[in-house]
Amino acid sequence: MKQSITLGSVTKFIGLAGFLETIKNVFTGKLDKEDLKNIFRKVIMPLASVLLFFAVWYLGANKLHEIEADHLINKALVEQGPAEAEKLRACIASGDKSCQPNALPSPVQVWGAYQTLLADHYLISADKKAFIEKTAAINEKRIANGEKPITYTGRPSFVDQIFTSIITVFAGFLLALFIAVPIGIVIGLSPTLRSSVNWLIQIFKPVSPVVWFLLVFMIVKTFTKNSSSDSAFIICFISVGLCSMWATLVNTAMGVSSVDKDYINVAKVLKLGPMQKVFKVILPSSLPLIFTGLRITLSVAWMVLIAIELLAQSPGLGLFVWEEFQNGANDSNSKIIAAMFVIGLIGFMLDRIMLTIQKMVSFNKND
Amino acid sequence: MNTTILENNQTHAYSENGIVYPSSGVMLDLVHLKKVYPTPKGDYIVLEDLNLQIMKEEFVTIIGHSGCGKTTMLSMIAGLNNISGGAISVLGKHIKGPGPDRGVIFQSPSLMPWMTALENVLLGVNQVFPHVPKSQRRDIAKYYLQKVGLEDAFNKKATELSQGMQQRVGIARAFAIKPKVLLLDEPFGMLDSLTRGELQDILIEIWNKEKITAVMITHDVDEAIFLADRVVMMTSGPKAKIGDILNIDFERPRTRKSVLDHDDYYKYRKHLIDFLEH
Repeated sequence: MKQSITLGSVTKFIGLAGFLETIKNVFTGKLDKEDLKNIFRKVIMPLASVLLFFAVWYLGANKLHEIEADHLINKALVEQGPAEAEKLRACIASGDKSCQPNALPSPVQVWGAYQTLLADHYLISADKKAFIEKTAAINEKRIANGEKPITYTGRPSFVDQIFTSIITVFAGFLLALFIAVPIGIVIGLSPTLRSSVNWLIQIFKPVSPVVWFLLVFMIVKTFTKNSSSDSAFIICFISVGLCSMWATLVNTAMGVSSVDKDYINVAKVLKLGPMQKVFKVILPSSLPLIFTGLRITLSVAWMVLIAIELLAQSPGLGLFVWEEFQNGANDSNSKIIAAMFVIGLIGFMLDRIMLTIQKMVSFNKND
Repeated sequence: MNTTILENNQTHAYSENGIVYPSSGVMLDLVHLKKVYPTPKGDYIVLEDLNLQIMKEEFVTIIGHSGCGKTTMLSMIAGLNNISGGAISVLGKHIKGPGPDRGVIFQSPSLMPWMTALENVLLGVNQVFPHVPKSQRRDIAKYYLQKVGLEDAFNKKATELSQGMQQRVGIARAFAIKPKVLLLDEPFGMLDSLTRGELQDILIEIWNKEKITAVMITHDVDEAIFLADRVVMMTSGPKAKIGDILNIDFERPRTRKSVLDHDDYYKYRKHLIDFLEH
């Protein structure tokens, strides 16, 4: 089972195996009619769709930019006269950032935003490092005296926000796991319990993340009144966990309650005790369904995290997006779109990780 | 319990709680057995007044048309299906639910797919011999896997094995727990005829050594004759009962060739087919 990580396994993991394999065949000269079909399907068409996507985006953004620009110039014409309008037109045409209309950013602008964000990150981390070096001696003394060390309280960079979000989503995911899996097993084992709590599951499952956040806020507020801990983070990950755990709960209960009758008969004939029955037969056979549930939970958690961070004012990508929107600087929109791609990519990676784990625990040959 | 688990084919007498049962006695007794399934249109009587005695060290095959209630009867003996009337007793004791004194080989191999062949056999062995040292339990499991020709597949996952090999593990699992009665529910029904022949040979070889009282359901007339001391024919349902019993007087151990060459073989075969086509 233990195999070193090869390029092949990595590309397969991120879903590019077919694509790269076909390209390799082009260069090694192994080509026949079937390969040409594959090249068309696995290389040319995906690349074409990427290009088409960027083209539509680029042209659409230009068009929106034009409409916004015309609107601004007309407004200037009415309010400030032809001279100002002409000045504005020249300013927009020159590409000066200060007078650009606020519209959907083009791919080029978003790329620029990435570079700005990265540069900003290097700046902030250098600053942070310097701060830590500067306070190292003082902090040592403070710790020795039993005082709290001085921590860096500057603005977090975009990369910091990404890591905060990932930590929050994992905290929420673990919470969901530790609540939903045991409860799912218990209610899966008992039909009575299952029908008695079914109403609760059916009613709470479709509740929106916003409402979960408010509910958690109401409760956590009481507990954190006198503590100095970071209640925004706590509220945030608890809401994410509660909101996303339902898929795991339902899947676990279903997996446990629908174990193949043959396995149950074997357990009966061998007279396995209740614990053995659960741990040797029921749980292993429902693992694939449990992991399917966990995979859905993680993707739901990541999706609602952004909204909940925004509401909870907890640091992370959600807050970043919201602050940029409130900020309204001329590159804010580009940064929002940049964050959107980062969110999408991380969501994709998380799903792939879960899919791999899911495949590992699945015992069907054909999966 | 017999603690000399391996190679105990010298003595077939069962000794339990100090009482030694003679090997000529009745192992399994079905008395006025009845099975009723309630339906919206009234009760559906599957079996009625079914009486059958099976002796120790006897191999009985049960043959009958599909849906006549053979499997129902077998799962009632296994304790997996409730008894509506009458009684089933093993060595004079009424059965209450399933238990490892009645090993079952199911129609589908029913191996736990997340376990290896060895783990599947050990699951039962650990349960039945909890006080035997761990290494000895592993030896028992390995011994029976060897007996069914799977010495190279101890650590293969059940899903990596072919259907025939999975059923071999099923056989090993059933024998390894040393049941008093072995119940086989058309264990080779899903296999191709070559594999079926192989598995019949394996089954009869291991059975010749262990002599565990066996009740086997089959659709295959040749299989029924080859394996059995008696072939029990069941009438078609509803209200199925024992229609006829045929004694197969071939000496053991048997080989396929000796059975086929025997003068009585076609007489037996004709008897069974006449009953089924009746």
